Amino acid sequence: MSCAAAEKEIIEIDGLGHRYGAGTDYEVKALEDVDLRIVRGEFLVVIGPNGSGKSTLARHANGLLLPTEGRVLVDGMDTRDPNRLWDIRRTVGMVFQNPDNQIVATVVEEDIAFGPENLGVPTEEIRRRVDEAMALVDMGEFSRHAPHLLSGGQKQRVAIAGALAMRPRCLVLDEATAMLDPRGRQEVLRTVRRLNREEGLTVIHITHFMEEALEADRVVVMDRGRIVMDAPPGEVFGRAAELEDIGLAVPQVIEVRRHLSDRGLSVPSSVLTVEELVEHLCQSRR
Amino acid sequence: MSIETVDLTHVYMAGTPNALTAVDRVSLRMGDGEAVGIMGPTGSGKSTLVQHFNGLLRPTSGRVLVDGEDLWRADETHRRGRKADLRSIRRKVGLIFQFPEHQLFEETVYEDIAFGPRNLGLGEAETRERVADALSAVGLAGDAVEDISRRSPFSLSGGQMRRVAIAGVLAMQPGTLVLDEPTAGLDPRGRRGLLEALIRLRRERNLTLIVVSHNMEDLASLTERVLVLDRGRVVEEGPTRQVFSRLDVLRELGLDAPPVVSLMQGLAARGAEVRTDLLDPAEAAAEIERWMRSKGGDPDRVHA
Repeated sequence: MSCAAAEKEIIEIDGLGHRYGAGTDYEVKALEDVDLRIVRGEFLVVIGPNGSGKSTLARHANGLLLPTEGRVLVDGMDTRDPNRLWDIRRTVGMVFQNPDNQIVATVVEEDIAFGPENLGVPTEEIRRRVDEAMALVDMGEFSRHAPHLLSGGQKQRVAIAGALAMRPRCLVLDEATAMLDPRGRQEVLRTVRRLNREEGLTVIHITHFMEEALEADRVVVMDRGRIVMDAPPGEVFGRAAELEDIGLAVPQVIEVRRHLSDRGLSVPSSVLTVEELVEHLCQSRR
Repeated sequence: MSIETVDLTHVYMAGTPNALTAVDRVSLRMGDGEAVGIMGPTGSGKSTLVQHFNGLLRPTSGRVLVDGEDLWRADETHRRGRKADLRSIRRKVGLIFQFPEHQLFEETVYEDIAFGPRNLGLGEAETRERVADALSAVGLAGDAVEDISRRSPFSLSGGQMRRVAIAGVLAMQPGTLVLDEPTAGLDPRGRRGLLEALIRLRRERNLTLIVVSHNMEDLASLTERVLVLDRGRVVEEGPTRQVFSRLDVLRELGLDAPPVVSLMQGLAARGAEVRTDLLDPAEAAAEIERWMRSKGGDPDRVHA
């Protein structure tokens, strides 16, 4: 890979299509004509209604699923090349929805060590990676705890640490916050945001919570297997009517903003959060 | 119908060094046709508490009364009859766990919903009526009823699957519906559809609704009263609006009020004279407009 673009981009998706049960009566087209480029260090959020193809797309990012049309390159490696599959999975780590389905060991640090052990990493190196991964997700003090006794948010942070111990360059969260309480969601989001900012980790976060898209660099909206919007959050949520058409909603602050503009009090589209709206309104009234 | 607990306590692994008091001397009463929310951080005892409402769990101490009937009368004379009692209680109080669609198993929607009524020993004609009725109760009826009832539940959207699972409980014709995190994992449309179905259900059938949720927006639209649990105790109780406006208490418990509440309180904290007990974005905008245009304000400057 010598061209400059390929070095900037960690994942390149071109004309990706995916059919489940191809050639059978149950054939379902889950993805169609998807083009997407994800730049190193980006924080990308993917939203879309149930069945829009979000998870199918995520599973193409590390070769869990292979394209039935088009191609996916991870760090320049084609996911269809069986010789590169392990390199690809090491490059892109995945965290799934149910924290209970991802735990394999009875002690937190052993759970995190599972991946690197399977890679045949030497023992001292595993120790180093496990300690580092636990510190990165702020779970160091729980290293000897039993994972099943942790809260949902803590379990997901252990799952993230397990992925980090493989030293990936990109982390995919496939609705990893869906089953958590508000505090657990905050813990997980704060953790990945910090990893993104401080460690330069590329993050692809798939979610149903529109609020979680507000802090993304870029939001991709999917509907019926296609990408229908691909823009910064301010722009995406400015297109509320289109989002509602496909069964999505806008965050409450943006809904308030819309009602205000219906009342002749328009608020700039750059205002996305509670704090920003409070600030803007107080400034305007002065 | 009514559900009442008196000094209800539940200790897991009682008598061992790992004993854990999940519910601690809770006394509450939920009346006929009421809609009550139960919230609290993970591990606060919400799910343990509601599993007592239909006798799935037996209290370590204290009492549970459904329509005035004590589920766990201690005297020997009732012991033989107790099993039958609990079965009828479970019919009266329908409990819907998190992700109930994971429990769908039949080949068609019809068969799945018919499972309960058939177990009650109802004939095919009555079963058919119950299935149609339950489907219409969750908003899956209309012209599509024949169609959807013949489909595989697994071919439906997430929101539809969840409604089918709820229909399966409604086919038992309970007087109380207890839902644990009913909208978790649904997309906004699925969520709205389910909330509307529940609101209509309650209005039309006078069901008592008990909703356990972390989602303040769901509780705001479904319930008029909420209880806040922390470490097994009821720490706050009152009208939903009023409890949600206690941002300090909620935050301390790791809960978060809907953004609209944070917004109004944020404005109030900056000296704005606005109501802080609003839950709806449209109401909030109206209130903000009133404040912006009130004396001392200069609404023309709001324009971007």
